[in-house]
Amino acid sequence: MFHLILFLFFGAICVGGAVNLLAQSHPINSALSLIVVMGSLAAEYLLLGAEFLAAIQVIVYAGAIMVLFLITIMLLNAGKEERTKGSRVAILIGVPGVLIGGVLVTWTLLHRSDMPSVPIGALKGDPSDIARLLFHQFLLPFEVTSVLILIAIMGAVVLASRPEAIARRHYGDEAPEETRELVASGKDH
Amino acid sequence: MSITTFIIISIIKSAAVVGVLLTAVAYSVWLERKVSAHIQNRWGPTRVGPFGLLQPLADGVKFIFKEDLTQPHVYKPLYIAAPIIAVVFAITSISVIPFGNWVELGRLGGTYLQITDVNIGLLVVLGITSMGVYGVALAGWSSNNKYSLLGGLRASAQMVSYEVSLGLSLVGVVIMAGSLSLRTIVDAQAGVFWGFIPRWNIFHGQTLGFFIYLISAYAETNRTPFDLPEAESELVAGYHTEYSAMKFAMFFMAEYANMVTVACLATLMFLGGWHGPIAGPPILEDIEPVLWFCLKVFFFMFLYVWVRWTLPRFRYDQLMAFSWKVLLPLAIANIVYTALVVALRA
Repeated sequence: MFHLILFLFFGAICVGGAVNLLAQSHPINSALSLIVVMGSLAAEYLLLGAEFLAAIQVIVYAGAIMVLFLITIMLLNAGKEERTKGSRVAILIGVPGVLIGGVLVTWTLLHRSDMPSVPIGALKGDPSDIARLLFHQFLLPFEVTSVLILIAIMGAVVLASRPEAIARRHYGDEAPEETRELVASGKDH
Repeated sequence: MSITTFIIISIIKSAAVVGVLLTAVAYSVWLERKVSAHIQNRWGPTRVGPFGLLQPLADGVKFIFKEDLTQPHVYKPLYIAAPIIAVVFAITSISVIPFGNWVELGRLGGTYLQITDVNIGLLVVLGITSMGVYGVALAGWSSNNKYSLLGGLRASAQMVSYEVSLGLSLVGVVIMAGSLSLRTIVDAQAGVFWGFIPRWNIFHGQTLGFFIYLISAYAETNRTPFDLPEAESELVAGYHTEYSAMKFAMFFMAEYANMVTVACLATLMFLGGWHGPIAGPPILEDIEPVLWFCLKVFFFMFLYVWVRWTLPRFRYDQLMAFSWKVLLPLAIANIVYTALVVALRA
């Protein structure tokens, strides 16, 4: 009973944070609302019994990724966004659309889905259980995802390294204009 | 144990631990001032109480009575929230730290000397400390001051970078113990080699991991030689330039509470926690493990102060390069080596 109350409480905080994320006009406040959403999702995982997932959610999303969001906002010094009047079409079609979509998804999940419902606290979230799933049943997707992330890292490094800096490192300060262009086009080797 | 006794015991334990932690924070400041003074051939605080022992109380009173300035150009909601965030996360992380064995309480049953024992205790500590960076980052941003902003940016970049090597340096210990529970990790370090060398992880193949952890921990708590976020010669005081009175004291408390937590974690992971020689009557056998634990934590706190007054500050590019190009590869090598040894022995 107590767990159910807590579950509903954190669910409400999660939805509230998500709505606040959209309603705030300052990027910093929106980012902080997103942290609240992540944190309350972690609490929901914890209440369901998946404590490892909850800890990872906090460490990776709330503790690392959102810090990078925050650094970006602080570096760009993004100010308040300007309010527009909003469009009447969006309100007339969008709000009923969201409501109908939400009701449909809920109804399908409740009545037309094969997935069994899990009582609170009954999920098996032990680190060893998750490790067994990841390294036996889902080994291939797990490894493919890590390769995908590696490729993304390499892409980011290539995009972030400036050609002028590379030319200066290789040819000194007096690198002629042609050499720089050559380095920029990647034909210097 | 009934639910009422459980709640009462939990409340008593929490109050005691937080009380001890806050006292430890106050007296680490005294220790820092005293040790730094003696390193520089001065006396340090001597006026208030014997050996200046009441100086932390006097400082606390002074912080309360100082004028609490709020500059007109700050972004108020976050300016006020930032020190609270910093201090709350710094104090919360002590909640899963075990500092002793099971104690019998007669008719009430018994309890572990730990606020709560969770099977992912290590991850909880890492998660909570990783949230602490928001206090510093938001303080820097909301102060609306270029020095504060630079301090906040430096702090968040530095803490995110060093968190990686800090977390990876602990993986070796986790592989050896086969658990994320801090109590199991400590229990795995009981006993001795060849009759006299304790079976602590630092003597048991994790020496490299220990030094990586130690260095990353200094950076994670923004202490010299990694105190770039508040480098006074370049940034005035970094992220807390605009703070005064109790709000400043909260950042101060958060820094020292983080130091205590990091020292506790080092003790648990590498120095065998509360294990040590035990002698004497049964009543002492309950207390001695806690004393061993406190002694080891005190050693780390002293080391912190010693290092601060010995080493000069890093340059910012050196700091980042050191994390990503030296500590991270070493930590990964440590994991691979430990995993290989454990796998071959199994």
